Amino acid sequence: MGRAAGPAAPPWHSLPDEVWEHAFSFLPADADRGAAACACHGWLRAERRSRRRLVVPNCYATDPRDAVDRFPSVRAAEVKGKPHFADFGLLPPSWGAYAAPWVAAAADGWPLLEELSFKRMFVTDECLEMIASSFRNFQVLRLNSCEGFTTAGLAAITEGCRNLKELDLQENYIDDCSSHWLSNFPECYTSLEALNFSCLHGEVNFTVLERLVSRCRNLKTLKLNNAIPLDNVASLLRKAPQIIELGTGKFSADYHPDLFAKVEAAFAGCTSLRRLSGTWDAVPDYLPAFYCVCEGLTSLNLSYATVQGPELIKFISRCKNLLQLWVMDLIEDHGLSVVASSCSKLQELRVFPSDPFGHNGGQVFLTERGLVDVSASCPKLESVLYFCSRMTNEALVMIAKNRPNFTCFRLALLEPRSPDYITRQPLDAGFSAIVESCKGLRRLSMSGLLTDLVFKSIGAHADRLEMLSLAFAGDSDLGLNDILSGCKSLKKLEIRDCPFGDKALLANAAKLETMRSLWMNSCSLTVGGCRLLALKMPHLTVEIINDPGETCPVESLPFDSPVEKLYVYRTLAGPRSDTPDCVQIV
Amino acid sequence: MPPPPPHLEARDYIGLGPAAPASSCSSSSGEADAGPHLALRLGLPGRDEEAVDAALTLGPAPATAPPRGAGAKRGFADSLDRPAAKDAAASAAREAQKGACEAAAGAPPAAKAQVVGWPPVRNYRKNTLAAANAATKTKPETQGKSEAECCYVKVSMDGAPYLRKVDLKTYSSYENLSLELEKMFTCFITGKSSSCKTSTRDILTDGSRADALQDQEYVLTYEDKDADWMLVGDLPWDLFTTICRKLRIMRGSDAAGMAPR
Repeated sequence: MGRAAGPAAPPWHSLPDEVWEHAFSFLPADADRGAAACACHGWLRAERRSRRRLVVPNCYATDPRDAVDRFPSVRAAEVKGKPHFADFGLLPPSWGAYAAPWVAAAADGWPLLEELSFKRMFVTDECLEMIASSFRNFQVLRLNSCEGFTTAGLAAITEGCRNLKELDLQENYIDDCSSHWLSNFPECYTSLEALNFSCLHGEVNFTVLERLVSRCRNLKTLKLNNAIPLDNVASLLRKAPQIIELGTGKFSADYHPDLFAKVEAAFAGCTSLRRLSGTWDAVPDYLPAFYCVCEGLTSLNLSYATVQGPELIKFISRCKNLLQLWVMDLIEDHGLSVVASSCSKLQELRVFPSDPFGHNGGQVFLTERGLVDVSASCPKLESVLYFCSRMTNEALVMIAKNRPNFTCFRLALLEPRSPDYITRQPLDAGFSAIVESCKGLRRLSMSGLLTDLVFKSIGAHADRLEMLSLAFAGDSDLGLNDILSGCKSLKKLEIRDCPFGDKALLANAAKLETMRSLWMNSCSLTVGGCRLLALKMPHLTVEIINDPGETCPVESLPFDSPVEKLYVYRTLAGPRSDTPDCVQIV
Repeated sequence: MPPPPPHLEARDYIGLGPAAPASSCSSSSGEADAGPHLALRLGLPGRDEEAVDAALTLGPAPATAPPRGAGAKRGFADSLDRPAAKDAAASAAREAQKGACEAAAGAPPAAKAQVVGWPPVRNYRKNTLAAANAATKTKPETQGKSEAECCYVKVSMDGAPYLRKVDLKTYSSYENLSLELEKMFTCFITGKSSSCKTSTRDILTDGSRADALQDQEYVLTYEDKDADWMLVGDLPWDLFTTICRKLRIMRGSDAAGMAPR
């Protein structure tokens, strides 16, 4: 006797789209959503219609209109433009990465867009005006390392976006047109939650700022610029004690007991303060005013602070709950050993050079010792950026042994090709130890004297590596070949001043299509090799970039003409049409 | 009867490279005791001739390009031929010095020249710190500062009615000097193609306007200790500041033959 026959459940493949959309909402990673979309037409339809957040890491990988068509319901979009080495002045200024086509496409196809982020792109005032007038529920604008706009564009945003919650301007080059952008927030406007104008150089009307801060009770993040003196910072904090993240303004002030008391009292009221940053010029006398917030701090950015010595160390040693510390090398080895013993929860450490070109001539006592101490004593440390003048293989091996949980390891030795300063050997053994031990390593930047040997290790062991930066390293094409034929997860490769030629690239051409981009400058590439690569791989854009003064068309150059700068990336859109004269797409 | 000794090839242990005709004859004869002619040189074994010669002189790498292929360094000479080559020249000089220094068992490099974009400090960070330093420099200099001599030199420009004086010690590099001189003399340069209203980024960013003076038919020259007029840019910056006695911004037409084109 069989079971009672109940109504048959629908076969899974005919479930309505809404069910799948709900299921896909549990896949946070875009890669997983993308994989699901490949399974069948039904899933593709459901996934693309329900995608709310889109990240485009290379603005030239696709036409903006195609992106908008494919994902019509996007509410938050992030687009990145220039390659990373543009930060170091290696890209000509007119190279491209214009935000305008993206803003235009979004205005057309995403009227409900709420968030827009641009990084390393050229954003104009017209773009900002279009953003202000096209999206009625626009809430978040983040511009990071962009240029091309002025305070007039900002004024359009503050005036037009009635629901603005976040305006985050990080490290942009903004021309000051003395526009009263801050005053353009209407008096009835109270929804601001985050405001970062630290990269602006001009004065802002302090009274307007104070009134804005007073009426926006949800303000959590406030990062001020250099024009705001310490006294005013204290006044602002009294109006916004709920603040979680603060970037101080100009911090230098002569010691005055009244001002000290005011600052101390203001900070005492900020019981929710967790993240602190800013430019800290002559501040040692005022550091004790911060003691009351140290215990609660999870992130401390002193990377523009020239303060040093015992006051600095005393201050940091009180920050027992720090997860993230950015500091100058003025902290020296001694200071880092105190960090090692005080900040046991530390996850990320960045140490920047105070005198990268050796002009001040002074000796900074930061060596490999500091990094060894921190990696030995901070069990959660997983991300490091470290500038120093010397390193040994032994130190790197010890670091690798102590901290196999590194996900990001970036070491910048100030002198190119510096060997192990004790044994005078290349640092191959040290970096090999790092990649062999740190199985989860996703990002690696190497420096110092390195031969082809280290690339053998990297190719063989760095399975999760996504981004690799090389400079003044290697002996031959074998090095590049080892990387491209290994490193299963490699997405971004940037190389400068290495003796790598065309052979390795051509032999691994298919690999380049599995990667987001490749940058090479000052290597041994030739025009002929690049042309061959472009012919072989039609879905790659191969850009040869010259110095702005030279515009010799590539067709007329002989096969073995050297290529100074090469940028290769995969794209669905074909060659871009907005190249300046100094860029040739072969 | 013992087998005849194997044919001996001269091995390049000392890095002689292509041997002199006399020694190659003696080595190919296979005689064990006729070793190649020994010449002591400063350099690591296996380096080619050109790199080592460059190591012995304080100056840019020679104009002939080193052979391409596995292991060859990039063609510094190629970048030397280009006008915007000051940094490349400086880095080539430094590379050559490094060759000599590595063999001299760890002696510190003689002079530090700047390589474009190295150390990898973001331009934004560099500019912010430079602005902060400039602000502190405007404070009155205290007596007994550890930074000793200042180094004022006269700067003349062809066609300008008066001269200026600059302190070479306040500049960090050729780009820095070039930018500052341009700002100083900009009122005398007529018909410049680039507009005077430059953005903050243009003024502060290294490299993008490093050759503005040279591009605008002017050439920067200096008078050295021997009263010779030399082209600015060949020497490492630190060395240059000690040698330079006077600066002169020459018109391009006068400087024909001196400009690196």
